[in-house]
Amino acid sequence: MSPGLVNIAYLVAASLFIFGLKGLSHPRTAVRGNLLGSLGMLLAIVITLLDQKIVGYGIILAGIVVGGGIGAVLAVRIQMTAMPQLVALFNGFGGLASILVTGAVLFEVIGLKGAAGAIPMNAQFSISTFASGFIGAITFWGSLVAFGKLQGLTNGGSVRYPGDQIVKVVLTIVILIFGYMLVQYPDSSIPYWLMVIVASVLGILVVIPIGGADMPVVVALLNSFSGLAAAAAGFVLFNSVLIIAGTLVGASGIILTLVMCKAMNRSLVNVLFGTFTVTEGGPSADEVYEGKVKSTSPEEVAMLLEGAKRVCIVPGYGMAAAQAQHAVRELFDLLEGNGTIVEFGVHPVAGRMPGHMNVLLAEADIPYERLKDMDEINPSFKQVDVTIVIGANDVVNPVARTDPDSPIAGMPILDVDYSKTVVIIKRSLSPGFAGIPNPLFAADNTLMLFGDGKKMVEDTVQCVKEELG
Amino acid sequence: MDSFAMVFAIFVLAAFVGFEVITKVPPTLHTPLMSGSNAISGIILIGAILSAGAQQTWLTAGLGFIAVVLATINVVGGFMVTNRMLEMFKRKD
Repeated sequence: MSPGLVNIAYLVAASLFIFGLKGLSHPRTAVRGNLLGSLGMLLAIVITLLDQKIVGYGIILAGIVVGGGIGAVLAVRIQMTAMPQLVALFNGFGGLASILVTGAVLFEVIGLKGAAGAIPMNAQFSISTFASGFIGAITFWGSLVAFGKLQGLTNGGSVRYPGDQIVKVVLTIVILIFGYMLVQYPDSSIPYWLMVIVASVLGILVVIPIGGADMPVVVALLNSFSGLAAAAAGFVLFNSVLIIAGTLVGASGIILTLVMCKAMNRSLVNVLFGTFTVTEGGPSADEVYEGKVKSTSPEEVAMLLEGAKRVCIVPGYGMAAAQAQHAVRELFDLLEGNGTIVEFGVHPVAGRMPGHMNVLLAEADIPYERLKDMDEINPSFKQVDVTIVIGANDVVNPVARTDPDSPIAGMPILDVDYSKTVVIIKRSLSPGFAGIPNPLFAADNTLMLFGDGKKMVEDTVQCVKEELG
Repeated sequence: MDSFAMVFAIFVLAAFVGFEVITKVPPTLHTPLMSGSNAISGIILIGAILSAGAQQTWLTAGLGFIAVVLATINVVGGFMVTNRMLEMFKRKD
C-alpha cells in the first residue's frame, strides 16, 4: 500500500475518533459514537497490518488474542462500583505500552543507524523519545499507585513524609540530566532506560500523597497523560493518527482535571503538591454537634417522604461503598408512583472519578434526565420538601459558603440546607476528607439516619410501602 | 514547511479540536468519556504492531509483543466497557 493511501486511511480513522467523541455529547448518540470510535480503531489497525515493514504476523496475532481476551473479560466482569480502578489500570497500561514502543523504536533506529528509510536520529527524535518515556513512566507507575489506593490494596489516604517535595525536585533534575544525555549520545539507549526508571520512582512519589476525595483529579490527569504519552510516541514514529488520537485524549483528560479542580475550588498545583492541612482553631466537633443532632428512624423518614411533593437525593461516595444504588432505585420508583417529583443532585467530585455517581445510578435504571448537576439543582433546593443525602459530607457542608477561614472555603457545594427537611444517611458523625465538622448535621431542619447506606434505604423503602399500603 | 513543523501543526490543531469537542460532553457522561478515551489512547497499538511485526531483533519484537498485549487490553476493554455503560444510559429513552 502506498504511503499516501495509508495516510488517508489514518486521517479517516482520526476523523472517526473525533465523531466518536462528538457522539458523547448526549446519552442518545453516545452508543453510536463509541461504535464509530471503535470502527476508527479497527481501520487504523488493519491499515497498519498491511505495512511492508511487517515480516511476521504470528507474534502480533498472539498479542492481540491475549490482550483482547484479557480486555474483554475485564470489561464484562467489572462491577460498576469498581470503574475508577479499571480506568486507572487502563491508563497505566497505555503508559507502559508507550514506554515499550518508544524503547523498541530507539533500539531499531540505533541498529539501523541512518540506513535508507530509517527515522533520522536528530534532536527532535531524541526529545520526542524523552517525552514519551517520561510521560509513559509517570502514567504507568502513578496509575498503579492510584489503582492500589482505589482497590484498597494500599493506604487510600494521603501519605506524606518530611522533605517529600525536595526528593521530587532532585528526581526531576536527574531525569532532565538523562534527557540531556539522550540528546547528546543518540547512539545509546541506556540514558532512555535510566530516565524511565527514575521517572517511574517520581510517578510513584507524586501520587502517593494524594488520596481520598482528591482521587478524581489524579485519575483524570493520568487519563490525560496516557494520551499525551501516545502522542509523544506519534512524534517519535512520525505518525499522524497517533498524534491526533493521543492529543484528543490528552485534551479530554485535561478538561476533566480542570472541571474537578474547579469543583473543589483548588488549583491543580495545590492538589498535586499542596498540603491539605486541617486548619487549627476551627470549631471542634463537640462544639458543633453537642446536643443539637437529631437522630431519626426509617419510619419517620417514610412519613416525611409520603407527604413530600418534591424530593432530592444527593449521592456521595458512601452510596458507592454501600452498593446502595439499587435500593435507591426502589425508593425512587415508590415515590414517583406516589406522585412525588424525585431528582438527583450530583456534585462533580462525588465519588472517586468524574461521573462516578451517574454511572451507578444509570446502572440502577434511573433515567438520566433526573440526574442534575450542581448548577442545575442548586436554585431549586428551596422548593424541595425532603433532601436525602446518602454518604456525602464535604460537598454539602455549608461552611464552604459561610466560613472564609475553613479549609473548604469557596468550594462550590450542593445547597441542600435550603430544603425544608434534610435527611442524612451516614454511619456516624465522622468528618469527611477535609477533616472538619459539618454544621449541617446539627441544623434545625436536619435529621440524621445513622447506619449503612444500603440497609437504611432498604428499611425506608419497606416503611414507605407500609405507609402507602 | 519542514516535517517537524507539519507534525507539530497536527498536534496543535488536534488539541483545539479536542477542547472544542470534549467541553460539550455533559458531566453525566464523564466516566464513559474517560473509559472511551482510554480505548482511543490504545492507538499506541499501531506502534506496537510495527515493532512486533518488523522483528528487527528478538528484543524489539519482545518489547513490541508486550506492548501489543497491553494496548489491545486498552482498546478491547476500553471500547467494550464504555459500550456497557452507555447502554445503561440509553435504555431509559
